[in-house]
Amino acid sequence: MERLESEIAEWRAFVGQGPTVNGRDAEELEAHLRDQIADLVAAGLAADEAFLVAVKRMGGLDELSREFAREHSGRLWKQLVLSGGDELPRPDSRWVEALVFAIAAAVTVQVARLAAGFPSDESSWLFRNVSLLVLPFLAGYFARRRRLTSRQCLLAAAPLVIAAVVINLYPYGDEASTELLVAAHLPVVLWFVVAYPYMNGVVRSYERRMDFVRFTGEWFIYYVLIALGGGVLMGLTAGILEPAGIDAERVIEWVVPSGAAGAVIVAAWLVESKQHVVENMAPVLTMVFTPLFAVMLIIAALVYALTGLGGAFDRDLLGVFDLLMVVVLGLVLYGMSARDPSQGPGWMDRIQLIAVVSALVLDLMVLGAMLARIGDLGFTPNRTAALGLNLLLLVNLSGTAWLSVRFLSGRSTFHRLERWQTTYLPVFALWAATVVVILPPLFAFT
Amino acid sequence: MHIDKDLVAALATPLVLSILTEGESYGYAILKRVRELSDGELEWTDGMLYPLLHRLRRLGYVTTEWRTSPEGRRRRYYTITNDGRAALAEQQRQWVTVARALGDVWGGDDLLPFALGRG
Repeated sequence: MERLESEIAEWRAFVGQGPTVNGRDAEELEAHLRDQIADLVAAGLAADEAFLVAVKRMGGLDELSREFAREHSGRLWKQLVLSGGDELPRPDSRWVEALVFAIAAAVTVQVARLAAGFPSDESSWLFRNVSLLVLPFLAGYFARRRRLTSRQCLLAAAPLVIAAVVINLYPYGDEASTELLVAAHLPVVLWFVVAYPYMNGVVRSYERRMDFVRFTGEWFIYYVLIALGGGVLMGLTAGILEPAGIDAERVIEWVVPSGAAGAVIVAAWLVESKQHVVENMAPVLTMVFTPLFAVMLIIAALVYALTGLGGAFDRDLLGVFDLLMVVVLGLVLYGMSARDPSQGPGWMDRIQLIAVVSALVLDLMVLGAMLARIGDLGFTPNRTAALGLNLLLLVNLSGTAWLSVRFLSGRSTFHRLERWQTTYLPVFALWAATVVVILPPLFAFT
Repeated sequence: MHIDKDLVAALATPLVLSILTEGESYGYAILKRVRELSDGELEWTDGMLYPLLHRLRRLGYVTTEWRTSPEGRRRRYYTITNDGRAALAEQQRQWVTVARALGDVWGGDDLLPFALGRG
């Protein structure tokens, strides 16, 4: 029997060695092997014979790891695993489709810009509507790609129409802060609208929601990369055109809005079709930035605790902390989506927990002081929006911290943590929608 | 009888999903059921089942849970979801159509639909 155990251990080590079969999978395969051996022994085979038969039935390891690579492509650069001519089917070469939507978005933004006279006129109409000019094209792109039924298309279009009506019929006052809030929150609302066609209408599926989180992170990376490239291009263009006596400002004024709008769709297309490029970037980025943020947050928490908040307190502080919490949440979500859910707790999870807890401590200190201030001075639209977001993030990160602790102590699974985040996503959408729709009338459009 | 590799591959998803509609199960038990259902005719390398199950999980057709079985063995149990049932219904439609077409062209004795339990 001991021989058998060592043989099984050896087999498992050999299976787990490949990059595509991880610990949990090897465990699953081992359980299978043991079941098979037990049955064969019960049928009268000797233990070592049973082992050989079971291993044979399991199949060749090369073939096995190839099959695993096909399914778990995220675990490794595919080309490294799939040596040999067996190309993975890349589902997408329909770049024309993306291009059409990108151009449509670019043209729409350009027309709106000319109509609003931007940038010579500071048009708050354009500012408020700009996400509404671009993101519907992204939704349309996904509706087409995922071949949504016409009923689903209508469902996706309805919130867009409602948003367009609401934000354009509300009589905002001059320099109204509710208008700025709408401009800031509407993109969030619309991004969640894009989620509907992205998820193929299956909004209840937690896996799809996680896919959408992953998509958001990867889209962001691609967009930043495109923006950087675009910045270099614009800089060089200006440098070349200036001596020729052409006003580069005019060129930039035309190119940048359209480019920025088109890039939204191009980035989405890149995520969809060149996924394997960024798939490998995500874990690296989280691995680099999570510890850095953890260190920064610990230091900040210590400084605040030691020096007190004192004079540092102004009305922007809550906004800064909202931003901080959003970034921490972004790191958590991103790390989560890039993580292999079947793996046990690791050091990255601990660092992430440290970052989350420090952010919570910091935020609680700020929030306490801020509530007192609001108690003195009353609510304004900005304070309400900032406070609401802060509370939402506080609840989310508290839940995350609690479930992380349970997960790290082995009393819960990572799946629960994932579930918490994906269940929470609609709350953000609802809050953003509230700010867009309910807050302005509540504060009389000031 | 040797069944063609491509045919087995096409059959795998509906077969596994159908087995899971009988109740949650784990890899080894699913394979045993496959052998039972096909009287051992379906040749299937055991290991290949797992990438398939993981794909079904990724697609949201099944959910998984690690549990310790009564005999004390840690196993990953698979449960079919509503998405999975919907996907299975779609696959069933396709298979019935295919079987009917083949049955018609092979002389109308409808052997295939009969084999599929839709005779």
